[in-house]
Amino acid sequence: MNDSFRPKQIQLNRYGQLKHFLTLDGLDKLLLTEILDTADSFIEVGERSIKKVPLLRGKTVVNLFFEASTRTRSTFELAAKRLSADVLNINISTSATSKGESLSDMLQNLEAMASDMFVVRHAQSGAPHFIASAVTPQVSIINAGDGRHAHPTQAMLDMLTIRQHKGQFDGLVVAIVGDILHSRVARSQIQALRTLGAAEVRVVAPNTLLPSDTDALGARVYNDARAGLRDVDVIVMLRLQKERMEGALLPSENEFYRLYGLTDEKLGWAKPDAIVMHPGPINRGVEIASSVADGSQSVILNQVTNGIAVRMAVMSMAMGGMTVEKNELASTQAELTANVR
Amino acid sequence: MTSEINIEQLLDEMTIKLQALLRQREIVDPCLVGIRTGGVWLAELLRKKMSMSEALGELDISFYRDDFTRVGLNPTVKPSRLPFETDGRHVILIDDVIMSGRTIRAAMNELFDYGRPASITLVTLIDLGGRELPVQADVVGKKLELARDQRVKLKGPQPLTLEVSTKVN
Repeated sequence: MNDSFRPKQIQLNRYGQLKHFLTLDGLDKLLLTEILDTADSFIEVGERSIKKVPLLRGKTVVNLFFEASTRTRSTFELAAKRLSADVLNINISTSATSKGESLSDMLQNLEAMASDMFVVRHAQSGAPHFIASAVTPQVSIINAGDGRHAHPTQAMLDMLTIRQHKGQFDGLVVAIVGDILHSRVARSQIQALRTLGAAEVRVVAPNTLLPSDTDALGARVYNDARAGLRDVDVIVMLRLQKERMEGALLPSENEFYRLYGLTDEKLGWAKPDAIVMHPGPINRGVEIASSVADGSQSVILNQVTNGIAVRMAVMSMAMGGMTVEKNELASTQAELTANVR
Repeated sequence: MTSEINIEQLLDEMTIKLQALLRQREIVDPCLVGIRTGGVWLAELLRKKMSMSEALGELDISFYRDDFTRVGLNPTVKPSRLPFETDGRHVILIDDVIMSGRTIRAAMNELFDYGRPASITLVTLIDLGGRELPVQADVVGKKLELARDQRVKLKGPQPLTLEVSTKVN
């Protein structure tokens, strides 16, 4: 890929501040740490009686979910509201696209309503990147999950959860278990863990749920759960998407559960203080046992709370970086106009 | 310029002034809240001088600043910590330097998101003048007049020193 097309060019303004948040690719350890530190401060805001700060007062955030989601959409909505932004939720299936309006037309109409930020979830990999680069470059774009490509806010809330429980990333061994092939979450998690300096990232899955080019993943591949979970500090279980069964990638849910489902026995192979994570929604008895999901080592509900704080951090940082750039552009144009006169 | 100002001596004088003011206003059992970073250092010293046992509160006003749209979010924001309920309490708010008054405006807005204090008393080490908002400190250590291109900064925490620098363009 030509360097000028790398996403990092369009995610940052000329001061290196975030203005879009599309992928973790090209973002350095310093910036990821800044996101985590800022999120820490927003956790404190979430514990107050008035869980609201005035940072994004007067800004308009539009949730554009082209794919169904409850948890991600509602945490983005809560995050925007706790930043005092006005929030619009567009239900795509009932919107104008079903009347034949093109995506570009719809987005430009929303931009004309003075929207400042689009939170985009789309089944097509690269859709948020396309919107940021070609459709509405003056609107800050946050990727809320695109195809099999990336889910960067999910990965960052997972990093925040790991840091809270383990203190740091140095020396950590993390196993990601399940449907790696279709998982944008896994891809973003691996990138984040490598950038933040985890000692080892493992993926544990049958070959049918792994991409063909496993070297490109940047993780060690294990087909055997016992070997893959041995002495790990963090276990990330991925949701087994039931629709994948139709592709005959797995003989049955039961067999998957027997080989990879996280039971108390398999959890025993990890370090005694290992934490168990899951991006949700959970299929109990398919990828994880109820006793583990609700057990003392599970931090699954922490992840949800952290999701709001991380989204507040990313939204305020990106809105700040984009506003700084737009203000500079406006003052340059004003100068040019004055010179012409 | 740095050597002229004895911070320890200023703090002793401020403690006496503050205690007199609290008596006059009939305030008992106030709580201390410092504004990061310098205000927290000063608040800790004041707490010891006034023999107050309660831990102090720390405010980071980054989420309340009015220049967010010009400079973006402060990359070094830390969580605010108020280890007590502020509802109905008499708050002593402490900062190192007051100038435009915008920091204090932001700090008061943040304080009100924790509850409704009975009163707020403002204490600052240095008053530079140059107010842009109708905000005044109740207790001031020292008034300073700086040239247009000069800046003052409290360095610390051990030892606390005031640094006056000239802005280079």
